[in-house]
Amino acid sequence: MSGFFDIPSDLQNTYWGLVGLHLREALIPVLAGLVVALPIAQLCVRLRWLYPPVLWITTVLYAIPSLAFFVVLIDYTGQTETTVMIPLAVYSLVVFVPAIVDGVRSVPQETLDAATAMGLGPIRRYVQVQLPIAAPAIIAGLRVATVSSISLVSVGMLIGNQGGLGNLLNDGMIYHQPRLIWLSVIGTAVLAILADAVLVVIRLVVTPWMPRGGRKTRPVDEPARPEPVAPALEDVVR
Amino acid sequence: MIRIDSVTKRYPDGTVAVDRLSLEIPDRSITVLVGPSGCGKTTTLRMINRMIEPTEGTILIDGKDVMKQPVNTLRRSMGYVIQNAGLFQHRTIIDNIATVPRLLGWSKDKARERARELMGRVGLDGALAKRYPYQLSGGQQQRVGVARALAADPPVLLMDEPFSAVDPVVRKGLQDELLRIQEELGKTIVFVTHDIDEAVKIGTMVAVMRTGGKLAQFAPPAELLSAPADAFVEDFLGADRGIRRLSFFSSAGLDLLTTPIVAVDATAEQIAARTTPDAPYLLVTDLNGKPLGWSEPGALAAGRIDPARLVSHGRPFVHGKESLRAALDGSVLSPTGWAVAVDTEGRVAGVVSQQTIGEAIRAAHAEGRADAKVAG
Repeated sequence: MSGFFDIPSDLQNTYWGLVGLHLREALIPVLAGLVVALPIAQLCVRLRWLYPPVLWITTVLYAIPSLAFFVVLIDYTGQTETTVMIPLAVYSLVVFVPAIVDGVRSVPQETLDAATAMGLGPIRRYVQVQLPIAAPAIIAGLRVATVSSISLVSVGMLIGNQGGLGNLLNDGMIYHQPRLIWLSVIGTAVLAILADAVLVVIRLVVTPWMPRGGRKTRPVDEPARPEPVAPALEDVVR
Repeated sequence: MIRIDSVTKRYPDGTVAVDRLSLEIPDRSITVLVGPSGCGKTTTLRMINRMIEPTEGTILIDGKDVMKQPVNTLRRSMGYVIQNAGLFQHRTIIDNIATVPRLLGWSKDKARERARELMGRVGLDGALAKRYPYQLSGGQQQRVGVARALAADPPVLLMDEPFSAVDPVVRKGLQDELLRIQEELGKTIVFVTHDIDEAVKIGTMVAVMRTGGKLAQFAPPAELLSAPADAFVEDFLGADRGIRRLSFFSSAGLDLLTTPIVAVDATAEQIAARTTPDAPYLLVTDLNGKPLGWSEPGALAAGRIDPARLVSHGRPFVHGKESLRAALDGSVLSPTGWAVAVDTEGRVAGVVSQQTIGEAIRAAHAEGRADAKVAG
């Protein structure tokens, strides 16, 4: 029986298995990137002079093609998922560091002064005041990082079937099967859109204190952010 | 008592924000630090809770050096109110107010119960408890800021230009509310402002500071207005300090004239009887004794006085409760030059001419003493 979601046996997996693999390879690096970015960003907030060089380094790292990363990493981590995930985690820093720094800096000085004057020490101030208020900016960064990571996983096929749905794209080209190519490309796009939607819902749930449309009492000073899905789709097609 | 003892704050670049300042801030009263920007008033306030640490000198609270106490314990023992309130935008109103009690280890329920009680005290509707700061007006946010500062019942309250960012009407309401709360709670309040009118209105003691962080004068408001220490203080008080000083003299001593007053249904005999050579006009009241307006005696038709043809009586002052300033203002606003005195119910108590008010002012100045501060 040949169903629409059947895939060649050389992939040694089902379509839904590949989807799971794809998500895992995309999301773990994003979380790792977030965990690494939080202390880096906090350092940049505390030591202002550190921010420009850090931004510069993350940008340079982002400019390195993943293939170049693979060449170096394969000697250490082999043809594994880890080799695919490390560059993705590094790329996410370029989004996270500025998002967190801007978010934390957007906390009004009066709010910080009030927190200090009420006897909140630096750690309480960070965890109870700065991070929650920076949450919308951090989640905005998370959306961009997640969607771009989902699209970038596909390059893992270059080191031997480590690209999730990207492996299917490769097979589709080898076997001249447009159906497989569509399954790969559309599947990746749908994953990106769904992941983004989930993050939007999370944002709404964790920030009930944000003014919403319709009952605004003051201007919302949320800077315009690029729609994350758009660049991700470009990456997929590329 | 908070004792500031020759405190200096010098920054590494050499700027001196506060220069050998010494102040004794009395307990259970409002001490205002006032001065132009850059005079070091906020720096002084922030040295009390160590948000800024002094370079030289000591600050003692009840004899204990603030620098020798654990910083967060010190801060939790003082309320702090800031311009724009500085509320935690991600927390509900009730949780904002409960912040310090929670830090002090109170249970959530107890802290919230206390927060609710304080909302009532500062005049906030309990229905706002679950709202977020963005849903409140500036004046309401500032009330939350005051409630938050009072939450753990600290003996000391530090207020840094708390009412500068709200409009004048709301500001007046907040000032009155602060005075009312202070009457109930009797905190030791240190209040920073750049507005001399605010300082004179709410201060028990006023410290005028000049650029460079030096104390220019430390005195009760009435003394400040009557005897400014130097040209700087005099200039800072503004051109009408003489008028404003009248706020400190009660109108109780004014001799009111009660003859030239008739009710709206007065008869010809009453009008004739009430007309005296002392006053060129008659004040007409309604049947409840509330003032309606002035008229020349000859223009009044007995039995049916037309209120629409009367001359405005200006703003009446409450006799004995309001100050000579209010009385003078009433007479200046009245086209006849006579001020109308009313009782607390708004009924006419008598009328008084500018000349009589002027005599009362001269007498008050001659006595050289100001009564306890009176409203208005």
